[in-house]
Amino acid sequence: MTEITLRDAVSKGLREALDRDDSVFLMGEDIGAYAGAYVVTKGFFDEYGPERIRDTPISESGVVGAAIGAAMGGMRPIVEIMTVNFMLLAMDQIVNHAAKLRYMSNGQITIPMVIRTVTGGGASLGATHSQMFEGWFASVPGLKVVLPSDPYDALGLLRSCISDNNPVIFSEHALLYNITGDVPDEEYTIPLGKASVKREGADVTIIAYSRMVHVALEAAGALSTKGVSVEVVDLRTLRPLDVDTIIESVKKTGRAVVVEETWKTGGFAGEIVSTIQERSFDYLDGPVLRVGGIDVPTPYSEDLEAAVMPTPERIIDAIDNGFGL
Amino acid sequence: MSLSTKNMDAELAAKLFELMCLIRRFEEESARLYMLGKIKGFLHLYIGEEAVAAGAIPPLREDDYIVTHYRDHGHALARGLKPNAIMAELMGKETGCSGGKGGSMHLFDTEKGFMGGYAIVGGQLPIATGLALAIKQRGQDQVVACFFGDGAVNEGEFHEALNLAALWKLPVLFFLENNLYGMGTHVERSRAGGKDIFDAASAYKIPAKQINGMDLSEVRETTIDALNRVRSGDGPVFLEAICYRFRGHSMADPSAYRKSTEVDEWRDKDPLESFKQTASQQGLLSAEDVLRISDSVEKTVKEAILFGEESARPPAESLYEHVYAE
Repeated sequence: MTEITLRDAVSKGLREALDRDDSVFLMGEDIGAYAGAYVVTKGFFDEYGPERIRDTPISESGVVGAAIGAAMGGMRPIVEIMTVNFMLLAMDQIVNHAAKLRYMSNGQITIPMVIRTVTGGGASLGATHSQMFEGWFASVPGLKVVLPSDPYDALGLLRSCISDNNPVIFSEHALLYNITGDVPDEEYTIPLGKASVKREGADVTIIAYSRMVHVALEAAGALSTKGVSVEVVDLRTLRPLDVDTIIESVKKTGRAVVVEETWKTGGFAGEIVSTIQERSFDYLDGPVLRVGGIDVPTPYSEDLEAAVMPTPERIIDAIDNGFGL
Repeated sequence: MSLSTKNMDAELAAKLFELMCLIRRFEEESARLYMLGKIKGFLHLYIGEEAVAAGAIPPLREDDYIVTHYRDHGHALARGLKPNAIMAELMGKETGCSGGKGGSMHLFDTEKGFMGGYAIVGGQLPIATGLALAIKQRGQDQVVACFFGDGAVNEGEFHEALNLAALWKLPVLFFLENNLYGMGTHVERSRAGGKDIFDAASAYKIPAKQINGMDLSEVRETTIDALNRVRSGDGPVFLEAICYRFRGHSMADPSAYRKSTEVDEWRDKDPLESFKQTASQQGLLSAEDVLRISDSVEKTVKEAILFGEESARPPAESLYEHVYAE
């Protein structure tokens, strides 16, 4: 075991892929000479050269489209889109083309492409740079959507993403790059579509992904001092979604709260809530709750932004109000 | 109107004339089948533009790629996709070139390097650029021929793709089929730069040329030169073929935005008729050739329709197939 940051876990996964497979190459805005906006590709440009670490113009649609084409032509591109906010500029390529070409061509086209991006708020970056759209992408058949919450998951999942033969979106939360965790020295992978129970408990299940896993774990720790035993399920991938792990946990605890950083209205949490009602209604001891981002554009000023985010306190209040625990 | 038949012998003239006739008759029959409800959805006919596909596509090498737009039947036929498989696709049958899941706008045959018809205007340009990037990353010498219409040039993806391809010196032939209308809007009503679109390529220092898209030989000769240049590794080339669709944008289009006199003027330049005249005058095409070609085309199209009609619809279990690759 070695203790590394999530940033280093991602770098390690990228290096391995570049070392092992000549068809893998990286492209994105300022990933080369600049080393990446979040410094994930530090040193890569000198080591692998400008063709495999390909700096691109600021042309998200063009770049994602080019990655799709390169993948169709037998390469395994890994694109970095600086933040998920900028992926809106590439929606046509991601949703209309990447997600559908295999199906529309009756299996003739294969697109082994990873889009790495940075997601989430909490860094005073204002309304246009603090969003999370992974739930939107997760509603599109043909895409896979992955959000690691710690270094171990980041490396294991990234390995699976890169070896996957489909377009995969891999979202790294900006506030998680510096968290540390133990990573085995021997090779391991984590399959896409397998959630992780990050804490076992008996009374309530909290379902979360990305940074909200840490917020949920904090709430669980605080609740344990009140004698409430909380189980925390980290989805890790929104698509494919590991429904079985969610349902198994809810059947055990009888209570569920879905925590999501993005807006509550139309969020992916609603999808999970519905699935729980459909699959485990008879096991529920109360309504399935949601704690989500407040429905406003994320404000810049610190206190206001903090008020938008789900917090351990809001989760604890929800459990208290909803379940009397 | 007299055209040239430069570098063309009788065999080639007959072959390319037959291809244009095949596209024409295939499209006419598609229109008929659409009216009968045997073809559904959108149907965009290539009638009037045959000289472009028949001129530009046969010079491509077998291992080159083609990426095109939703008016794609002509390109598919020119690339040698089986008429049977195309017709079956239009009819939504499992024997279609896209298994009945693509439809008229999404024909595919990757074994022939036919990497698809794309139906979001401009969306295919970055993808073509990426295919060319794969070629360059592997150090190969194939070319990507990317077809698009005048409607695509006001999309951001057009400019992003031209910039990337020129910046990275990628082997793309950007082939603009300027049929003067983006759906019903004339190019002069949609583009500040006016109707001569090839000028746009100069912003990216891409060599560009405008040609007569109704002239098979001119399209062919210019494309051969362009392909040689692209294959030499100096980056993309841009061709603009001025052409005209004789029918509406799609079968749903009553063509209220253009005068019938304008359509008639262009019909006088019919690429099939004018090529037939020129090639006949120059002794490359005999009356017997024309009859033989007509018979052969009728037979091919009839067979394709029969094949489509007799083929089964995709089985229910295919619904879930190919959403993801293994």
